[in-house]
Amino acid sequence: MLSEYLFSFSFWFQVNVASQYGTLYNRPFVESFEETPMLVAVLTYMGYGILTIFGYLRDFLRHWKIEKCHIAREKEEQKDFVPLYQDFENFYTRNLYMRIRDSWNRPICSVPGAKMDLLEQASHDFNWTFEYTGRIVQDVINLGSYNYLGFAENTGPCADSAAEVTMKYGVGVASTRQEIGNLEKHEEMEKLVARFLGVESAMAFGMGFATNSMNIPALVGKGCLILSDELNHTSLVLGARLSGSTIRVFKHNNMQSLEKLLRDAIVHGQPRTHRPWKKILIVVEGIYSMEGSIVRLPEVIALKKRYRAYLYLDEAHSIGALGPRGRGVVDYFGVDSHDVDVMMGTFTKSFGAAGGYIELIEYLRSHSHSAVYATSMSPPVVEQIITSMKCIMGEDGTTIGCERVRQLAENTVYFRKRLRKMGFIIYGNKDSPVIPMMLYMPAKIGAFGREMLKRNIGVVVVGFPATPIIESRARFCISAAHTKDMLDRALSVISEVGDLLQLKYSRRRMQPSLVRPFDNNMYEDIDD
Amino acid sequence: NMASGQQWVLVEMVQAFYEAPAYHLILEGILILWIIRLVFSKTYKLHETSKLTEKEKEDLIEEWQPEPLVSKDHPSLSYDVVTGPPSHKIIINGKECINFASFNFLGLLDNERVKVSALASLKKYGVGTCGPRGFYGTFDVHLELETHLAKFMKTEEAIIYSYGFATIASAIPAYSKRGDIIFVDEAACFSIQKGLQASRSLIKYFKHNDMEDLERLLKEQELEDHKNPRKARVTRKFIVVEGLYINTADICPLPKLVKLKYKYKVRIFLEESMSFGVLGEHGRGVTEHFGINIEDIDLISANMENAVASIGGFCCGRSFVIDHQRLSGQGYCFSASLPPMLAAAAIEALSIMEEDPDIFTVLREKCKHVYKALEGTPGLKLVGVPFAPALHLQLERSLGSRDADMQLLRTIVDHCLERRVALTLARYLEKDERFLPPPR
Repeated sequence: MLSEYLFSFSFWFQVNVASQYGTLYNRPFVESFEETPMLVAVLTYMGYGILTIFGYLRDFLRHWKIEKCHIAREKEEQKDFVPLYQDFENFYTRNLYMRIRDSWNRPICSVPGAKMDLLEQASHDFNWTFEYTGRIVQDVINLGSYNYLGFAENTGPCADSAAEVTMKYGVGVASTRQEIGNLEKHEEMEKLVARFLGVESAMAFGMGFATNSMNIPALVGKGCLILSDELNHTSLVLGARLSGSTIRVFKHNNMQSLEKLLRDAIVHGQPRTHRPWKKILIVVEGIYSMEGSIVRLPEVIALKKRYRAYLYLDEAHSIGALGPRGRGVVDYFGVDSHDVDVMMGTFTKSFGAAGGYIELIEYLRSHSHSAVYATSMSPPVVEQIITSMKCIMGEDGTTIGCERVRQLAENTVYFRKRLRKMGFIIYGNKDSPVIPMMLYMPAKIGAFGREMLKRNIGVVVVGFPATPIIESRARFCISAAHTKDMLDRALSVISEVGDLLQLKYSRRRMQPSLVRPFDNNMYEDIDD
Repeated sequence: NMASGQQWVLVEMVQAFYEAPAYHLILEGILILWIIRLVFSKTYKLHETSKLTEKEKEDLIEEWQPEPLVSKDHPSLSYDVVTGPPSHKIIINGKECINFASFNFLGLLDNERVKVSALASLKKYGVGTCGPRGFYGTFDVHLELETHLAKFMKTEEAIIYSYGFATIASAIPAYSKRGDIIFVDEAACFSIQKGLQASRSLIKYFKHNDMEDLERLLKEQELEDHKNPRKARVTRKFIVVEGLYINTADICPLPKLVKLKYKYKVRIFLEESMSFGVLGEHGRGVTEHFGINIEDIDLISANMENAVASIGGFCCGRSFVIDHQRLSGQGYCFSASLPPMLAAAAIEALSIMEEDPDIFTVLREKCKHVYKALEGTPGLKLVGVPFAPALHLQLERSLGSRDADMQLLRTIVDHCLERRVALTLARYLEKDERFLPPPR
């Protein structure tokens, strides 16, 4: 009791219902990032400290050959070359990552749908090498794949049409878009994407990562300014770096920080010469995959209009997953899609295909690096995108698309509410289908992953360096393909494992939801 | 008692004050004055060296006009539209032509076996993988393809990327960081250039296929190293070359490169996009062509979009080198994995290549045939070695400006299209290429 009061001062719950731009939002914007409890932070640091000490000890033993060394070694003839890797670069990999390596890279051998089959792997030398026992773990509930609308399936209209196209067109294209790789299918798909988003034209590429890294350099160059969010994805950072412009970072989703940077930039111009900037580009993402937060789009657009900057929106996770019609974060907030200058997204997550798209195109058709040098997309993949997009838009005559979008929204809200009630710390916006659950301590990362797998649930755990060092987390990706039974089963297992590993850190007492009116169509809350 | 104790201390202090030397007192006095000054002076920020009032700031913000996001004055490019499958006969803009323009070297784009295996994989896995390799995006087909590739190339390990362009562009920055040195051929392709740019290392270009120039650069570097041995011990050095160059269609002199490697202690990265599946008795590429031990090359990278008619790319080499990319190759860790049907198609294509090594001889014969036939064309120069499957036809005499040359070449291509032969104009991004090849 006393300890609770002692640590309650570190508790902090942030609700952003009204800010100075409150009138821009047509629904309440609720995000929460509960602060790390002090005791947990201290224990986490201690945990890392102990692991580091052991790491040094093991390195010492390996160096003096007392312990067997499993790492691959340089060739004999090349021993006197400059070493390819510095020892300390790999310290983290050798000593911390190797211990829990089996939580990642788990091979699957079925459709990555709501349930999947995993190949069982065993390691006899503490994760240095893996062997496949040959057994398959069946029907593992998949909470890790990016399958928001459930289009990762091998039956159904999408798969059938993709099969047809495979037999007709083959699999490869063997040429670039500008030379001879522009099939009519590509043109059809691009027109469809443009219609889906409500923009004039769109262009598609073979890889989402490459879309960002190759097109930002085509849009901005030296003498321009890029304002990018703290937690932007690596592809955006790489694209910004390759473009050669100046990059300034503003705090995550913090509009005051962004406004300050904009004002300073326009008033003072380029550093040292004080010449005015040629262009200012604000780069944000729709949903941030590690935090689960949604960008404050109406505020960003208001700022952009006021200061005449350009906006680049990366909807990798939010396209298909947010909004009443599944059109992404633009739809979710109800803003005009013409206000966003460049919208970028990926097909991998919601459409079950592979690749990325971008709009604002005529210029890019001639200047994008990818259009000139990289091969175009594979025809069956294109077909899958066409059919799934038609399905979401409702153009194929059924209401499957609408159903799925609605199902996803319900699933998300339900899952988040239940997890909150159980007492876990969940980050992010209440409507985002990406749900990070905090684990903090390094040992619990591995333990959580393994315990969940033992109980037939596949989850994704992330630690350093993708997240700050003490904020390691497990990330759940909800899908429209998950039924209520699957969610309930997953929740009960998570609760069990949470009790086992003492993961219920939250200090919040559950309050009745004041923000949303009670809706008879939603799932009933179950008291546990 | 306390008061007298204090008094006694005070007396001591005053005594010390009187007994101290003069310079000591003056120094202390100056220090005290300096501290007082620092405490009371205002700190200043570098930004506000020019003091602007609020109104002036507002005016500046009002006046500032950015450039348009994209400039409107660019020639609009209309793509040729291809209907129907791109194989030996291709339908461009409605006309059926013989296809001399795709990189379909072994003719596997149309192969029934490849299509059937892709179909089977589609039925089993669906189309997409819905995740990066680390998070349930690794399928058993990926692992199978990696082992198959490693066995085919006789190396220890291979790693697969989902996009050909990203393969070498992610591999180079994984090993070479700021402060390292890379020696690159001038005719390197664009993806290598992007990889070099992303790595932030020091780049030194040597003339195309000119080993003396490379040796000169290496010797210069050696002299630098002698001057600064401590720095030299941590600076890694790499040579990046292509097996068969896309831009000039000739081969790099690999035996000489290997000799240089051991003499000057640099590592070799070999990019084999055009030569994989083309050169060598069994199609293993330029190392087999010259008979060099594959262990001598540190990293071989290739994309599967040319001979192996699939999509994606791979790197192969020793485990010591390749394993590092699994955690630090950006295109590998942060991007969705290759769709399983494309991986299955690649496995099937590899099997076909293994079973039937005669197709490579057939390909070489045909290349020589075409080379001889095109050699004497008036007005056009043929660039490339006889057994290269992708040849370049260049204008012998330039018309003066690049645009005029491109126009003329475009008319030639159109003329060929009329006559039912599909050629293509090699496209380059004019502003971004480092050494722009002449129009061809």
